[in-house]
Amino acid sequence: MKELLEGSMAVAEIVKLCKPGVISAYPITPQTHIVEELAQIVADGHLNAQFVNVESEHSAASVVLGAVATGVRAYTATSSQGLFYMAEVLYNIAGMRLPVIMTTAARAISAPINIWNDHQDVVSLRDAGWIQLHAEDIQEAVDLHLIAYRLGEDKSIMLPVMVCMDGFILTHGMETVDMPTQEQVDKFLPPYKAPYKLDVENPLTLGPLVDPEYYMEARYALNETHKEALALIPKLTAEFAKVFGRTYNGLVEGYQLKDAEKVIVAMGSVCGTIKEVIDELRAKGKKVGLLKITSLRPFPVNAIYDALKSSPKVAVIDRALSLGSFAPLSAEVKAVFFGKTKKPQNISSFVVGMGGRDITKDSIKEIFRLMNGKDKQTEFIDLKPELLKENYE
Amino acid sequence: MSKTLFAPGHTACAGCGQSMAARLVLDAAGPNTIIVNNTGCLEVFSTKYPESSWEVPFIHSLFENAAAVASGVESAIKYLGKADNINIIAQGGDGSSADIGLQALSGMLERGHNILYVCYDNEAYMNTGVQRSGLTPFDTNTTTSPAGIASIGNLRPKKPMPEIANAHGIPYVAVASSGFGQDLQRKVKKALSIKGPKYIQVHAPCPLGWRHETNLTIQVAKLAVETGLYPLIEYENGALSVRRQITPKPVEEYLKTQGRFKHLLNKPEEIKKIQDIADNNIKKYGLRAEAQGV
Amino acid sequence: MFGPLICKPGSSKNNKTGPWRTESRPKFLKTNCIACNMCVVVCPEACISGQGKNTYDVDLNYCKGCGNCAAICPKKDIEMVKEEGA
Repeated sequence: MKELLEGSMAVAEIVKLCKPGVISAYPITPQTHIVEELAQIVADGHLNAQFVNVESEHSAASVVLGAVATGVRAYTATSSQGLFYMAEVLYNIAGMRLPVIMTTAARAISAPINIWNDHQDVVSLRDAGWIQLHAEDIQEAVDLHLIAYRLGEDKSIMLPVMVCMDGFILTHGMETVDMPTQEQVDKFLPPYKAPYKLDVENPLTLGPLVDPEYYMEARYALNETHKEALALIPKLTAEFAKVFGRTYNGLVEGYQLKDAEKVIVAMGSVCGTIKEVIDELRAKGKKVGLLKITSLRPFPVNAIYDALKSSPKVAVIDRALSLGSFAPLSAEVKAVFFGKTKKPQNISSFVVGMGGRDITKDSIKEIFRLMNGKDKQTEFIDLKPELLKENYE
Repeated sequence: MSKTLFAPGHTACAGCGQSMAARLVLDAAGPNTIIVNNTGCLEVFSTKYPESSWEVPFIHSLFENAAAVASGVESAIKYLGKADNINIIAQGGDGSSADIGLQALSGMLERGHNILYVCYDNEAYMNTGVQRSGLTPFDTNTTTSPAGIASIGNLRPKKPMPEIANAHGIPYVAVASSGFGQDLQRKVKKALSIKGPKYIQVHAPCPLGWRHETNLTIQVAKLAVETGLYPLIEYENGALSVRRQITPKPVEEYLKTQGRFKHLLNKPEEIKKIQDIADNNIKKYGLRAEAQGV
Repeated sequence: MFGPLICKPGSSKNNKTGPWRTESRPKFLKTNCIACNMCVVVCPEACISGQGKNTYDVDLNYCKGCGNCAAICPKKDIEMVKEEGA
């Protein structure tokens, strides 16, 4: 049913329909509305769940870890500093193979402290072992949460999934959303059936000490499972399309790629702006296109290769940094093509929209203009040089 | 072999006070128990893949979050409607309970979860090599509070964890000792019969870290209690309700059994400071047994 | 795909810690035992068992030789004797 909803409310609604038994989160802007709405939903008796108000994000992640380990579906949400505070628990959850589902409202990282949107928090956690999916708009954010539960809880996967939505832009933006019904959700998402859990009828020891004789295989298996997820995601989105009528690839989405001479690669809500710019430029005969990456982890190497191998000029937009080195998304995209005969003539790297600095249509047009065949490395768009100085006296 | 839920074959040191206590706690709780453990000696020596001593469901996550993970387990059990039949025990050493895990413990106590938290107090970070913790006693020689020409050892008194737990307004707090195994089991059973958060602190001698012979574990634990240095007390609904009464022995009898206090034995002024701590405990908790026939 | 992740309950029994002993082992004299059960309570390995007076004994597959049983026995009915060949 179509409703005009704030992004946070839409996410709270889909989480409610997924019926988690335990919800635990710690407030941090701009995730707060999601959790507040869920608290009200539980208080109004619309969802039978234990709502646990914890004293930190580290404990929020630990609570949902304990809940899923006991065989009960769980949910949490966070952002920025909170994501970092729970970071060791996140690596732990992935290593313990527990399908926790979490929303991250992507936000800049302190210092300096800044509560507005970029990707520094989520991209920094790409090594944690979580599946990481990025939403372009609120509809996709809603749909990705449903897919996330189905994907993470799959018996062969058993991995936690992070659904990233740009803070404020998507969490506090308003959009007409086609919200699934409970019947549709129940058709797509069966109840969680844990292959291993804390159960007095069948005792097991979870989280043992694993010495050098055994540890490597545990990590190898995690990596292999990400490859298995790469194969499973398109199957799940195909099934999703049958139930809900909305088509996603789940790994990448090409927009006007076919004969594009210049292609921008990007994640998240900026893709909406890029699509509008592409429409404007195409109307003027410019051959431009977009490759949107939905799944940062598992990283869709083959899908990216197939999409871009014939594109002459590629520019990767990063909204995160790996300070001291190549911008992270651009480095991974470049790695796809190393050693390949078919590849773009050049792959440039641009950084845009840090700490909530607006990415306008002009910013995107500037990037297309700068894609002139010369290699650009980590070039910041819309930078204000007047704010920079060499020394502090 | 006696019937127990904590199987032998674990790799605890010979004479480990914590392994004695952990087995007694688990056997008192029974098979309908889920254990949530912090990183530390107990978890490391009892769950080295592929072997585990635990005959009940057991989970270890990180160093400081057993109280929070247990909160999640308890919430899940409540959601499943099984809350009345299953004990949930969160455990950790003194380091993971009083220091790095204090926040998670405080949150668990404040939220009122139906969980028993057991702190095995061997008075230092033993698993990483005997480093000083918030529960290391005054004047103790540890690797990060060593005694030397410029220092007498740990300069701070023990963090009053039982009182801190009690201040959260929880229904039951108890202090127990590996040296008094049946008393420990009584306290565990009593705690598990009460709904809400409970805290039990167990004094657990560590022959390796405290530097005493392996066969003295029980004797050392008993002396700590009998000198007044480790009062065995219970708080019920905030009020001190039970204390084990003693005929106090001088603290030197306790200190001379362990290498970690060896540097004090020729310093009567330091021993006096420790005697003051014991005397304060005896006064504060009313530990002195009434003299017979007086 | 899954790697090493979970342990089976009680599987530590596969690890026989008896070879840890280097100096001494407990000898249960079974003469003055009053079945107080204290040796069972204190053993860190839970490898002492018995039912009734003078029936208590140790499973040497697991005994680490700590000596707490001998130290606690109120009737001095447990002796620590030299490990053969030690």
